[in-house]
Amino acid sequence: MALLEIQGVTRRFGDFTAVDDVSLAVEAGEFFTLLGPSGCGKTTLLRMIAGFDLPDAGRILLNGEDLAARPPELRPVRTVFQSYALFPHMTVEGNIAFPLAMAHVPAGERKARIEAALEDVRLTGFNRRYPHELSGGQRQRVAIARALVTHPTMLLLDEPLAALDAKLREDLSIELINLQKEVGIAFVYVTHDQTEALALSHRIAVMNRGRIEQLDEPSKIYGFPRTRFVADFIGHCNLFSGPVAANAGDVVTVDVGGLGPVRVAARSALGSGASGTVALRPEKIRISASAPEDTPDNHYRGTVQDLLYMGDVTVYRVGTPGGAVVETLLANSQSGRAKFFEVGDAVEMSWPVAAGHFIEE
Amino acid sequence: MDAPRPNPLAARAETKPSVSRAGERPRNRPSSRGKWLVSGPPLLYLIVFFALPTLIMVLASFRTPAEFGGLAPLVDETGRLDLNVDSYVRFATEPVFLRVFVKSAGYATLTTLFCLLLAYPLATLIANSSRKYRDVLLLLVILPFWSNFLIRIYAWMIILGPNAALAKFVNGALAMFGAGPVPLLFSGFAVLVCLVYVHLPFMVLPLYANLEKHEQGLLDAAQDLGANAWQRFWRITFPLSLPGVYAGAALVFIPALGIFAIPDILGGPDDTLIGNLIKQQFLETRDWPFGSVLSIVLTVAALVLAGIAAWVGRRGASRHA
Repeated sequence: MALLEIQGVTRRFGDFTAVDDVSLAVEAGEFFTLLGPSGCGKTTLLRMIAGFDLPDAGRILLNGEDLAARPPELRPVRTVFQSYALFPHMTVEGNIAFPLAMAHVPAGERKARIEAALEDVRLTGFNRRYPHELSGGQRQRVAIARALVTHPTMLLLDEPLAALDAKLREDLSIELINLQKEVGIAFVYVTHDQTEALALSHRIAVMNRGRIEQLDEPSKIYGFPRTRFVADFIGHCNLFSGPVAANAGDVVTVDVGGLGPVRVAARSALGSGASGTVALRPEKIRISASAPEDTPDNHYRGTVQDLLYMGDVTVYRVGTPGGAVVETLLANSQSGRAKFFEVGDAVEMSWPVAAGHFIEE
Repeated sequence: MDAPRPNPLAARAETKPSVSRAGERPRNRPSSRGKWLVSGPPLLYLIVFFALPTLIMVLASFRTPAEFGGLAPLVDETGRLDLNVDSYVRFATEPVFLRVFVKSAGYATLTTLFCLLLAYPLATLIANSSRKYRDVLLLLVILPFWSNFLIRIYAWMIILGPNAALAKFVNGALAMFGAGPVPLLFSGFAVLVCLVYVHLPFMVLPLYANLEKHEQGLLDAAQDLGANAWQRFWRITFPLSLPGVYAGAALVFIPALGIFAIPDILGGPDDTLIGNLIKQQFLETRDWPFGSVLSIVLTVAALVLAGIAAWVGRRGASRHA
């Protein structure tokens, strides 16, 4: 039995269906992420797990027990809010002691529990500080310590890193992974940031318009997106759509307007004429000034239209004679060398059939 | 408006120190001139209408009352300066005056307490209502100010009068339990009811201003951490509203302490408060020095209490900043 089971949960606000018949299961000790753009229903789903909102249909089970009758204060889950929601009139210690007092933990036991929680988030010695005396990252850690001190069954995190700057976000991501491993409590993490989701999670549910588009491990989500939405939302991706020209059993050929036939390794039941999409990550495309010496599976010519120097990599947008635009990427591995091509350069693009991923829509 | 201009003399003094005399500070620096221009008129107003009268009152408290009221000449026939502490001694030695003071403080305390109990739910309701109704509700709170203070007090005479429905209902209910009829009007009860009525808006408004700023997120967090409705109020909402409570308490307590119109009109013979006593000294007994002493004691008491409220409030605010 899974720790948390969400069975056919639906939540409507007037005409708007925020969560549409969602089912999923979270295992004990798992770092589970709900990923999607704003308005996809991920936060509504999290609030229903916490108890701040109730489903219009479906059930939420924790350890097999239906949570519907339990108000938030009686659910053994804790939330880390995006705004941290630290109590401004209490010290760090007061904030962390709050859930212990609510749970009637004996006063003699509290001190040790608080110290352990502060140690977990590396804030030992900050007991007497007030929230306004802490940095954003420290506040976030206090919020986590406060949520973990009562050893909840599950921790819900609502975009906890969104308010922090990029460098700090990376540091805290690593700390979050380690912390989750240490405490062994299941984390349900809500974010719109696909980088965060890929880096942190054991499994990701990609949500769009209230539904789960794909639920899988990060590498599967990135490498084998099931829908166009997932391919587009997770990282950068070229999406070549068109009618299927041929299906050889293990290789499908899609006739892409402006580009030509694109061959991709796939086992699909789709026959000629059905529409399909080839998802191709920019970094999988080989670009060069001269024609490749081998005979690659896919090979096109084009002209560099735009380029974006990003420091570690340079992104080239290559236009084909037919009018298609392909996004490619080259690592700037040689120091001092910013770019290999200029706008207007003619380039050759090629990739093997295994580089792409076929989506049946 | 006159924008502050750099003082050419000051500028020269800086660039050529040899011409300026050592230790001389340029007077009338532009920034300070502007400051005086802005703060001068209100300062003058306060000096003329507050500081000066207070000084006159302090001086009067040390003088002797004239035979038929008012003040005896400052310099008597023998040419001696007639200043004494007789009135202060009288206040300190006759316990009746201190008793009136304590009674006034008691009424003011009860008024503050009842105002707080009534205003807190009301302010919460207004702060939690939608923006559309909020303005209407706030308007209703200040609506009583649109009619005259005395008229509102006289209105209470009618409401509490012996022939009004309220008195008949109360005395009818008492008769059922075999208790005798009680007068509502001209009693401490009437004074307290009206004191609360008059001062309620002064408690509602600062409380509302505070509660309106509270974040729902904190209450959500408290609930998530296991707090029930009562614990959320008592541990989160109430402590965070303390600056508003202190402000409201000061705005109610201090004017309630010195009020005289309400006990005059609605109170019984035993409901003489310090405000009435002061009024009596000046208008009826015409013992100006003693009236001054009572006024000074009242002012000092109010200032001390306001100081305490401000100090406690600031201590709370600095913790929440």
